[in-house]
Amino acid sequence: MAQNAVATASKKPKKEKRSQFSGMSKALVRRETISAYLFLLPSLIFFIGFVVLPMIMCLVYSFMDMGLGESGTFAGLSNYVRMFQDPTFIQGFWNTVLIVVVAVPTVTAFSLWVGSAIYQMKPFTRSFFRCIFYLPVVTGTVAVTVVWKWIFNVYYGVLNQVLGTNQNWLGDEKTAIWCIIMILFTTSIGQPIVLYVAALGNVDQSLVEAAQVDGATKLQVFWKIKWPQIMPTTLYILVITTINSFQCFALIQLLTSGGPNGSTNTIMYYIFDMVYRYNDFGYANAMGVILAIIIAIFSAIQFKFAKTDNG
Amino acid sequence: MNQAKSKLSGTSSAYKIVSIIILILLAIFFIFPLYWIVTGSFKDAVAINSREPVWFPTSPTLENYVKLFTRPAGRWLVNTVIMAVGALVLTCLTAALAGYALAKKRFYGRGLLFTIIICAMALPKQVIVIPLLQEMNTLHLADSLWAVILPTVGWPFGVFLMKQFSENIPNEILEAARVDGSGEIRTFFSVVFPMIKPGVGALAIFTFVNSWNDYFLQLIMLTSEKNFTISLGIATMQGEMSSDFGLIMAGASLAAIPIVAVFIAFQKYFTQGIAMGAVKG
Repeated sequence: MAQNAVATASKKPKKEKRSQFSGMSKALVRRETISAYLFLLPSLIFFIGFVVLPMIMCLVYSFMDMGLGESGTFAGLSNYVRMFQDPTFIQGFWNTVLIVVVAVPTVTAFSLWVGSAIYQMKPFTRSFFRCIFYLPVVTGTVAVTVVWKWIFNVYYGVLNQVLGTNQNWLGDEKTAIWCIIMILFTTSIGQPIVLYVAALGNVDQSLVEAAQVDGATKLQVFWKIKWPQIMPTTLYILVITTINSFQCFALIQLLTSGGPNGSTNTIMYYIFDMVYRYNDFGYANAMGVILAIIIAIFSAIQFKFAKTDNG
Repeated sequence: MNQAKSKLSGTSSAYKIVSIIILILLAIFFIFPLYWIVTGSFKDAVAINSREPVWFPTSPTLENYVKLFTRPAGRWLVNTVIMAVGALVLTCLTAALAGYALAKKRFYGRGLLFTIIICAMALPKQVIVIPLLQEMNTLHLADSLWAVILPTVGWPFGVFLMKQFSENIPNEILEAARVDGSGEIRTFFSVVFPMIKPGVGALAIFTFVNSWNDYFLQLIMLTSEKNFTISLGIATMQGEMSSDFGLIMAGASLAAIPIVAVFIAFQKYFTQGIAMGAVKG
């Protein structure tokens, strides 16, 4: 499915620029263009109206001093300057980076392990495990989060009862963010596992057998044959997990509200807080722009690494 | 790392057994929250407030559900279904049309449009929701179900997925339809659509589940209790009475069970769709 995004995005347009109209008359090209845009029209209306337009508005608002629903005044770069002097933002930034740096590699490595452990099982067992690991995604963030809040509760939570401890998991600066990361992990590995199972199933089996005839060990087969072939999937998983982890919000709003002492405050939570508690719409949008830029940088780095990895 | 069953090299059965044990333990860990939600919703106050773990409701009660429906929980559920189905129908229709055009038509701006779509998918979805609120206010759509349907339909992932599927359609078939004098619209519905059906099915489930669970969008857009979705309703209830775990678990069950049932029922369609899309590179 979508892991082809990576490969297609970088290769296709270049190749087709030269050849796409070859052998077509001018009238045919015009006819095709008109009919193509008619097919695209319904989708484009939604895409431009509810994705592109708000994207542009986000950028515009970020240069303004305004509350929600106000017309606001031009504020230049002041929202951006303020961000770098705002200790809450900086704290949120580092918390977000911690979440991403821990969650992304664990999710990717773990889903690869599960994927390779189950992809050659019998169809029923494979579907069973795939379904189980997808369950937290389907159950929904809110339902999953409220049950974890109960599990982590000091008095009535099953975790303390089983461990015989009295730990305030979500109320302790040292443990709160790790609880968040753990829940984020359980809600993030579903899709990567589905993708890895599909990708590993598509690995060219003749290459694997040829390598085995040549006496390659399993580890060698994995790293030399399978790993390069599933690289586009890995890259796609890295990128989507990074994007999702950077936007970690619901868990925080429902479990800790950014506390205790701001120890679980993230950029996304702070943006929300800025709109609803402080009604500072311009500043919230400026932070949104910065978050988008940070994500773009991380994605670019991953692309670069994946490319050099492939030789 | 790889304990693939292979014909030539001997399998290390010890590693295999260990990995299966780990898998089973993990499966229990992953299924536990859902188990705890459902059993918790049937526990009475004594079991909920017990200081010892109560692994199973020994005296199951419906009082949590009775309490839940003193709130407009039924209404929330109906709102959620309307939202998810609305998003699904509009997304599948518009994305199938657009994906087909992107895959099979040759036209000016095709490369650029595709690049824009890919770039947009890499953006943080939630960031866009904040300026969207302003837009919805201007359009007088804020606090209505439209405000949570329209942005879901606009998200370009569906177009991308449908493009991947449409590329499998052989050009000869389209050419034959054209020679037979079939119009563009008829070709789409009688030739193209049946061929990309598995993809549409996968997209339908994907959209339904995502829309149902898109808490951030719902939280920002919907403000009055009668317009809440089930997720938003539970989240609000949880904020008001955070220690009534029985009630909250009843709400969580109401939110989770329908969507889990839908997913399990269509699971095959969903993963098949993903696998099929992955075959072509």
